[in-house]
Amino acid sequence: MIPELGHLALIIGLAVAIVQGVVPLLGAWRDVPEWIAVAVPASRAQFLFVLLAYACLTYAFIAKDFSVAYVAQNANAELPLFYRISAVWGAHEGSILLWTMILALWSLAVSIASGRLPEIFRARVLAVMGLVSCGFLLFMLMTSNPFARLLPAAVDGRDLNPLLQDPGMVIHPPMLYMGYVGMAVPFAFAVAALLGGRLDAAWTRWTRPWTTVAWVFLTFGIALGSWWAYNELGWGGWWFWDPVENASFMPWLVATALIHSLAVSEQRGAFKAWTVLLAIFGFSLSLLGTFLVRSGVLVSVHAFATDPERGVFILTFLALVIGGALTLYAWRASAISGGGSFRLVSRETLLLINNVLLVVACATVLLGTMYPLIIDALGLGKISVGPPYFDTVFAPLMLPLVFVLGIGPLTRWKGDSAGRVMRRLRVAFIASLIAAVAIVLATTGRSPLLFAAVAMAVWTLASTTLAVVIRVRGKPDVWQGLRALPRGFLGMSLAHVGVGIFIMGVAFTTAFSTDRDVRLAPGASETLAGYRFRFDGVNAVPGPNYRADRATVSIFQQDRLVATLHPEKRLYPTQAKPMTEAAVDAGFTRDLYVALGEPLGDGTWALRLYHKTLIRWIWLGPLFMVFGGLLAASDRRYRSGRRAREALAEAAPRPLLGARAAGG
Amino acid sequence: MKARRRQRLIFVGVVLAGVAIATALALTAIGENMLYFYSPAQIAAGEAPRGHEVRVGGLVVDGSVARQENGLEVRFDVTDTSATVRVAYTGILPDLFREGQGIVAMGKIDDAGVFQAREVLAKHDENYMPPEIAEALKLAAEGGSMPNPHEQNPASGAQRKP
Repeated sequence: MIPELGHLALIIGLAVAIVQGVVPLLGAWRDVPEWIAVAVPASRAQFLFVLLAYACLTYAFIAKDFSVAYVAQNANAELPLFYRISAVWGAHEGSILLWTMILALWSLAVSIASGRLPEIFRARVLAVMGLVSCGFLLFMLMTSNPFARLLPAAVDGRDLNPLLQDPGMVIHPPMLYMGYVGMAVPFAFAVAALLGGRLDAAWTRWTRPWTTVAWVFLTFGIALGSWWAYNELGWGGWWFWDPVENASFMPWLVATALIHSLAVSEQRGAFKAWTVLLAIFGFSLSLLGTFLVRSGVLVSVHAFATDPERGVFILTFLALVIGGALTLYAWRASAISGGGSFRLVSRETLLLINNVLLVVACATVLLGTMYPLIIDALGLGKISVGPPYFDTVFAPLMLPLVFVLGIGPLTRWKGDSAGRVMRRLRVAFIASLIAAVAIVLATTGRSPLLFAAVAMAVWTLASTTLAVVIRVRGKPDVWQGLRALPRGFLGMSLAHVGVGIFIMGVAFTTAFSTDRDVRLAPGASETLAGYRFRFDGVNAVPGPNYRADRATVSIFQQDRLVATLHPEKRLYPTQAKPMTEAAVDAGFTRDLYVALGEPLGDGTWALRLYHKTLIRWIWLGPLFMVFGGLLAASDRRYRSGRRAREALAEAAPRPLLGARAAGG
Repeated sequence: MKARRRQRLIFVGVVLAGVAIATALALTAIGENMLYFYSPAQIAAGEAPRGHEVRVGGLVVDGSVARQENGLEVRFDVTDTSATVRVAYTGILPDLFREGQGIVAMGKIDDAGVFQAREVLAKHDENYMPPEIAEALKLAAEGGSMPNPHEQNPASGAQRKP
């Protein structure tokens, strides 16, 4: 009965979502306070019903109810409890349920943490989110019901895709979805502003923390996905420009542009129409990502759902959401334009360059991802656009972006003198050149790319440090001075340091990592980058739902044992699927990575050995960005009603109905 | 109004410059890095350019996989049921590489007509067939052939010549 309860909860959830999406909008239009007041309780009720459905599906997995088709396809009696709970989002139907649940969670958060918002504005935001939720609930009920029964019930399940049986994959999708779906919040804020025809400083102040938090989840989710691919795919790579990765990277690029353009809108009142457009694009790309990943249009390692009916539904939904929002934008954008003026040398110009570069970068990724699909759809042959395309296009775009990243925080709003900015940044510029020359001369990896990347990384770190030092200098106590800085500024600096760390990691990993495929008999050794890898043979080990060939590889550095690794080759009998489980000895400066290939007879195996320089920094950088984002989102000015009221008084000469309520 | 006009000029200038650079970059890069797919039948008919990186896909012929005695080179045949191409690859094959399975290889055709693969991909689901392979198999069964990208799109074909 539990699955039927879940199904019923989804149907009631849809009914509530329709109420949440329609009634408050009508109320705001006809000015009926009772109808406007429906938004908050409706969004809370919707959350409860979707959560109930989600709990029912989780229960079906825990109870191994193989009469539910989705459970039978994605679990197995031997699958450990941990993975049975995460198997809920192991395939299409459950992922959409997770998506909807997270959307309801964000709506709940908006309904709770938005006491300062004017009633009518909050009602519009929640209604827009309710409408999006309607789309997803309808999608689930019409094309992808996770509670569909299997008659007769399966004796045992087909088991979860072995690739997904990894701790990284347990937390990666929820984090990524929190980011993806989180983009619905700035989208709803933007649409609500367009509907209301008003966009003032208070609006950006309300939107900024939500956008930053969504961006934090997106950053964390993408970094986790990269870490999972590195550990689990067995190829030692951290980014493949796979369409599914691109699907999450495109909203990230636009979200990054959005948090920067929001800064201009908040501080200077400029770029307002552009900010709204970015908020619309950010969520549109999240939806496009869902379409790409879930409709099966891609030739990709990730795309396991293949069903044209679903594709048509998502495409129609996509057209409705994007088309509707853009039509509204075209109709109302003139009401929200305008803002402070600025000169050529100013922080506004630099942030404008930042935005153009990020959006252009996003467009090139979109082109590379969609081009093969379009060519194929037109019947012009089968092509694929590989990583070299993205690498060639991306690097030249990131170079100027990182350059302006260093200048921006040290340049004044509105207008500054080029000479003053150059004098302030001279030290950072020279330091980055010296560091780059030193690295290139001191090592074997003499490529222009390494030079540029090291210079960019040091430039980011040095200029960010400089910006903090200038702010703290002259204070009697450095620590007190740091504590007194606004969290927004500290968060930004931390995130920019993360960019520097990330670039350093990418530069060194690309330039200095070495790998080799070798054929080793038991007892034989192979030396790589000064480490001697000794293969000590393979023995069979049983797992809970697999059998494994487990190798022992001892790694020595000048006869000193550094690490003993146990890479595995697993066979999951239920799916008859082999899986390479690589073994990694992680370190701050290098990773040693061993993957087991295939048996070549007489106990001899093919092995893949890697020495990866500074690869941890690639994930350490995003962690800095995550903490920076959280710090910035917790800035006092987003919580204090007093500051918001002051900002309002200066930004909006005519007190507005909604804005006044925000101050109170 | 002067400030506003200047601001608009800055805005338009930056956006135009960005878009122009990106278009140039993207078009060059996509022209250079596009990989065309050829079926074994097309390669047998000599339609695929020699010395250029291309993709080939098909089913691995049963019993054709041969490993070198004391190295890591492996050779196998790939077929679309109407023609067969010999593929050579050095290194570790993906987990799902098996005889009778669909694979996609990237690499160049050497002078002896052997496809020297730089990368071999096998898909992560044993029921899943890469669309190119499925279509090539279907066409081979019907006696047709894949559209030749160079015939249909001479501009991009010419662009790829060194």
